Amino acid sequence: MTNVELGLPALPAPPYPEEVRARLAADAAELIGRYPQARSALLPLLHLVQAEEGFVSATGIRFCAEQLDLTTAEVTAVATFYTMYRRRPAGKYHVGVCTNTLCAVLGGDRIFEELQEHLGIRNNETTEDGTVSIEHIECNAACDYAPVVMVNWEFFDDQTPQSARKLVDDLRAGREVRPTRGARLCGFKETARILAGFPDERPGANDESGAGGAPSLAGLRLARGEALPGTPGTRVVSPRHEEPRHEEPRVEEPRHEEPRHEEPGQEGTEA
Amino acid sequence: MTSAEPAEKLLTPVLSASWDDARPWTLATYRRHQGYQGLKAALAMPPDDVIALVKDAGLRGRGGAGFPTGMKWQFIPQNDGKPHYLVVNADESEPGTCKDIPLLFANPHALIEGMIIASYAIRCDHAFVYLRGEVVPVLRRLHAAVAEAYAAGLLGRDILGSGIDLDITVHAGAGAYICGEETALLDSLEGRRGQPRLRPPFPAIAGLYACPTVVNNVESIASVPPILARGKEWFKGLGTEKSPGFTLYSLSGHVTNPGQYEAPLGITLRQLLDLSGGVRAGHRLKFWTPGGSSTPMFTEEHLDVPLDYEGVGAAGSMLGTKALQVFDETTCVVRAVTRWTEFYAHESCGKCTPCREGTYWLVQLLERIEAGEGVEGDLEKLLDIADNINGKSFCALGDGAASPIVSSLQHFRAEYEQHLAERRCPFDPAASTVWADGPRPGHPSATEREVHA
Repeated sequence: MTNVELGLPALPAPPYPEEVRARLAADAAELIGRYPQARSALLPLLHLVQAEEGFVSATGIRFCAEQLDLTTAEVTAVATFYTMYRRRPAGKYHVGVCTNTLCAVLGGDRIFEELQEHLGIRNNETTEDGTVSIEHIECNAACDYAPVVMVNWEFFDDQTPQSARKLVDDLRAGREVRPTRGARLCGFKETARILAGFPDERPGANDESGAGGAPSLAGLRLARGEALPGTPGTRVVSPRHEEPRHEEPRVEEPRHEEPRHEEPGQEGTEA
Repeated sequence: MTSAEPAEKLLTPVLSASWDDARPWTLATYRRHQGYQGLKAALAMPPDDVIALVKDAGLRGRGGAGFPTGMKWQFIPQNDGKPHYLVVNADESEPGTCKDIPLLFANPHALIEGMIIASYAIRCDHAFVYLRGEVVPVLRRLHAAVAEAYAAGLLGRDILGSGIDLDITVHAGAGAYICGEETALLDSLEGRRGQPRLRPPFPAIAGLYACPTVVNNVESIASVPPILARGKEWFKGLGTEKSPGFTLYSLSGHVTNPGQYEAPLGITLRQLLDLSGGVRAGHRLKFWTPGGSSTPMFTEEHLDVPLDYEGVGAAGSMLGTKALQVFDETTCVVRAVTRWTEFYAHESCGKCTPCREGTYWLVQLLERIEAGEGVEGDLEKLLDIADNINGKSFCALGDGAASPIVSSLQHFRAEYEQHLAERRCPFDPAASTVWADGPRPGHPSATEREVHA
């Protein structure tokens, strides 16, 4: 008899070491408790095991199956359906370049080519030092900021080949980079833990990077009578009806008005 | 393009009105902008009256299909002894669509307040937000806003002393466009592969865990509190008779100022372009989508189509998500459609044959046409396959896949034929990039803005 190497994973997969299993089981119990039926926690649990290892391993699948009383086949069927669950380890910083039509046309294709050439890796591969993996991604709901690059699913808007190259250089050199929308980066595993449903506990992280860039505020600025870049500065007032039909308050709020004080005892206890 | 025309009072910031205030994602700022006033009004009314009010206001779904929101609520059977669920569809993934993500990033409490009102109306004590996973900044703000709402007594037990209970679970998806389809979303939320369900039964009868469930888009739910706070007459005073109210139009692509423009339904792309600085300098409009890649594309001749449900429908497309993706004359329509088709093939869930096989073969044909290797008869074959998907697939993803192909062949058949005749793509992709003509005015590229602190 000769052993034939088929490249298939050994089954059953080895379990996590006991201390890891116990820690993750406590997390899993918390996640499961948020749903009326346990199986609803499967996607969060897959994010959780991805947070442990940087990808969804056979061991992670076994763990999820045990927590939910499913077979590993059932969990595998789910894990392989969703693109965010990785079957191989991601880099510490997973860089996604949008190459859906709008971003691609506006420069995303060029940016993705540039990154592949610059890093010497191709789609879904990781640099040898393990810091950066790249992937071309689908529309990430930021078309008004195109071309868009994501790092660990934080937004890096309005990119160019040059800015994207500098971005990955800085990531590899350990220099701090800040997303245009989102908080300062944590590693791919820490990001996966937030996705599992455990809030980011870094102080101030939620308040970083403001409410959005110029595109988010474009319409609001026009409505306030401000000019946008490249426009003649026409003043626009809302609403469009010639005569206000009702005595309702104006649609827009005065900017920076004094905070109205709530009547006490009506809104419950704040914090 | 300039706007010497009288600037007709076109924009109506409601959901976006607070976005330039300090930390608009916080409860304190939200309250300064009438936040949670709609909830107070709702709790003072019987639940059925809330449903009637939203129905009478004429609010229609903002996620694509445009179904009346109040009617969805009304379909929930009452006194049936089963739990009822509200599930918010925050899986915004339709190419070109970028309204819910900036809304939730800037103002998550608008959604939470709407969810409390909707849950009260349909008698639900556990609601879910299904947020696509690839947007961690938004997930972070939703987590924080929900925690803030619990701490303020707006969620949990006995909300504001009303005797009403509500829990909200924020659930992150894991990358699958199909989960924006409401029944696939429900399967996904139940921990399964996100594949659409056969309807009927509709979710209102057998949704999450086979219980009566309302699935609403983020913007639909966030539009509810202002209706409660300001009244249905105010809401109906905006927009058109059959498409009342305000909405977020998302302008992107080859325009001077891409971004969010909140306006009454019925504004036109010409008006939006006139206001916002037009197509990028030195170029002209070639084609555009009214509501994402799944809505048949428009051209210059459609600039004056009122962007409401009826207007866009009458012109042969759909309002969809109001994702106005603008492409100028430097863009190869074959390239654009090929990329969209690759997307649909990638995202096809595999459940039904027309979509799974059809999108695969469409990609094979389109890629070879774009590469200049197409042969005679390819265009007919494209239309034939598209026709075998459209209306014959299990869910709307297939219809969406057929839309750009059929509409682009209708408007730009000559361009496809040019690819076949010249055996190459006649366009230079470098000319379409945002940096082709130098930086956009007032829109510095990331390098200039020094994001790398």
